[in-house]
Amino acid sequence: MKELSIEAKVNNLNKVLGFVTGILEEAGCSMKLQMQIEVAVEEIFVNIAHYAYTPNVGGATILAEVAGDPQTLTVVFKDQGIPFNPLLKEDPDVEAKAADRSIGGLGIYMVKKSMDDMRYERTDGYNILTLVKKI
Amino acid sequence: MLDIKKTLEAGSLNVVLDGRLDTTTAPELEQQIKEDIEGVKELTFDMEKLDYISSAGLRVLLSCQKIMSKQGNMVVKNVSEEVMEIFEVTGFSDILTIE
Repeated sequence: MKELSIEAKVNNLNKVLGFVTGILEEAGCSMKLQMQIEVAVEEIFVNIAHYAYTPNVGGATILAEVAGDPQTLTVVFKDQGIPFNPLLKEDPDVEAKAADRSIGGLGIYMVKKSMDDMRYERTDGYNILTLVKKI
Repeated sequence: MLDIKKTLEAGSLNVVLDGRLDTTTAPELEQQIKEDIEGVKELTFDMEKLDYISSAGLRVLLSCQKIMSKQGNMVVKNVSEEVMEIFEVTGFSDILTIE
């Protein structure tokens, strides 16, 4: 797997997206799927940047590869921040009217909807979140 | 990168978005809208050149929709297939008026 270790800051978002889209482009992934995957990667990385180490800044490591037949992308996010399992977050009500919709809570839902699989584990002080998507 | 072009004329605010509406660019759009939204009756977003939208961008659209529901109309037009898919997954296709 290719690896990117980076400070978990929102300013680094474009570097993280560049890292993943580089791998997707090499694999000939369609624009539509690239965008769905970028949305997921953005949500997860920005979550780490905002919450993992607050009020400090810490590191994140992103591992990614496209392998298998059918071609499948695997992206792994590792951080040593506070334990956080995004899979336990309750889904927002996506059928509510605008006035009743809350401003937050959509990000993780979008990731769940757009990826084929999402796994979380807490191991040796690391949050390890794995996203899987056929491309 | 997001380029924002605004035209305000007789209570109509037209906003043309070019680029990416994500975590890094959404605050700029929110600020730009805030400057002009008072008294606006018709808010239009032209998304023909919008390549990408994340939840941070959706949050800005939702807060605009909430304001405009009280004071007028909001319309989103020329939405690309990719952005439309994000609207559909999140239920925004039912909240927004998309032309």
